[in-house]
Amino acid sequence: MEGFLHQVLAGLATGGIYASLALALVMIYQATHLVNFAQGEMAMFATYIAWSLVNAGMPYWIAFGLTVGISFFIGILIERVVIRPVENAPVLAVVVVFIALLVILNSVTGWIYTYTIKSFPSPFPQEMALGRYMSPHEVGAIGVTLVVLLLLFAFFRFTPLGLALRAAAQNPVSARLVGIRVGWMLALGWGLAAAIGAVAGMMVAPIVYLDPNMMGGILLYAFAAALVGGIDSPMGAVIGGFLVGVLENVLGAFVIGNELKLSVALVLIIGVLLVKPSGLFGRVHVTRV
Amino acid sequence: MALLEARQLYAAYGHTRVLHGVDFAIDKGSITALLGANGAGKTTTLRALCAMVKTQGEVRFEGARIDGRSTEDIARLGVAHVPDGRGTFLHLSTEENLRLGAYTRRDRARVETDLERVYGYFPRLKERRRQQAGTLSGGEQQMLAVSRALMLAPKLMLLDEPSFGLAPLLVRELFGILQAINQREQVSLLLVEQNAAMALDLADHAYLIETGRVVLSGTAEALKRDDSVRKSYLGY
Repeated sequence: MEGFLHQVLAGLATGGIYASLALALVMIYQATHLVNFAQGEMAMFATYIAWSLVNAGMPYWIAFGLTVGISFFIGILIERVVIRPVENAPVLAVVVVFIALLVILNSVTGWIYTYTIKSFPSPFPQEMALGRYMSPHEVGAIGVTLVVLLLLFAFFRFTPLGLALRAAAQNPVSARLVGIRVGWMLALGWGLAAAIGAVAGMMVAPIVYLDPNMMGGILLYAFAAALVGGIDSPMGAVIGGFLVGVLENVLGAFVIGNELKLSVALVLIIGVLLVKPSGLFGRVHVTRV
Repeated sequence: MALLEARQLYAAYGHTRVLHGVDFAIDKGSITALLGANGAGKTTTLRALCAMVKTQGEVRFEGARIDGRSTEDIARLGVAHVPDGRGTFLHLSTEENLRLGAYTRRDRARVETDLERVYGYFPRLKERRRQQAGTLSGGEQQMLAVSRALMLAPKLMLLDEPSFGLAPLLVRELFGILQAINQREQVSLLLVEQNAAMALDLADHAYLIETGRVVLSGTAEALKRDDSVRKSYLGY
């Protein structure tokens, strides 16, 4: 029983990370109806930036904040420079651009930092009261995830800019007619997604260690999470993230073993697409013909 | 000086040209009607003014060229467009829809009083302020579209078939409110309508469009008396 509880709690910790990344995917999906395959590599690159800053002697939380800020601007830059020119291109062209971005970020990181695995510091103390079931880092990661989610929710729900972002994603034509600069809203969405991804990367790196391929598996789980929750539902992405995290851990520990864990994500992706493509909280799209 | 003036306005969807050199002007404070049959190019004319289609030709607003500027910029100059199909933000609440109308405004206090004034015109919207806008009826969404445009504090409102899909009683009510908006708020209106009789009753000036060209213009009174207009558009 104790082992089971431990696995569930550990699942919640990684689930929070999947939730963040899934949320980043959903944000870009809502605005563009495309899944950004490079989301994981963007997060990985951001984590290397944080590693450089910490290694240069910067206190962790300052490096954390700076990394989130830098990632935000990199996200905006990527949208403006790389995505904007293919705005009206066919879907496949954009997908190819996403994949190119993935490969380029991966290779550039390997080139700058080498492919040697590095350890990444956790900002949380080594000992904590809950230590029997969860490591301090796991508790901290859940806390950070929840804070990020809360901030995002407040931003979208209560600020005029958040409202404008939602409006631009939903109905770009009407948004233009009330004077919203829809192009910039898209860029802002990319910035936010990149910033969220950066947080996810920094939270997962102490667990999986830092290397240019660290996000490959995690992005798959995030896809599964976004699909389980419904690819157009931010709330669904978060719940899906925690769900996938727990499922992956429990199944991995007791049913299929650690080696086959990643297939949980793949089975989930295929299962959801076959059985309930709109996910748990997604909108079912009905079109009159 | 005219508030808005279009000269030799051409517009096309892809390779299909829809407007073939339209000329018209809207006087400050006036109500101008664009009449014409289905497919004549009325909606396209409104879209062309807001840079929502590819255009050629000259459009001046308050004397300055606006052709070639973006839709967002034109809205920011004070041109509010009530689009074909109402343009509701379906998944947002009624009040969020209205606040979006005032997105570009920085005079927060006046936005609040304007919100109340809009609710004064359309009390139904106030009852439904927290409701998801997609669940409003067609008539309510039309009121919402007009209200959202009004929240921009516009100098000019472009209305694309505001009577579309409304019950006759509601049409009368809406036109009454449009008149009030024009007189009280000094907002000039450009009204596209298939309901020519009602539009001519409301308007000061009217243009008749056929296959992408202005074929007739004059005061609303003059157009009402014109034989061809009477036979083709008024039906008596």
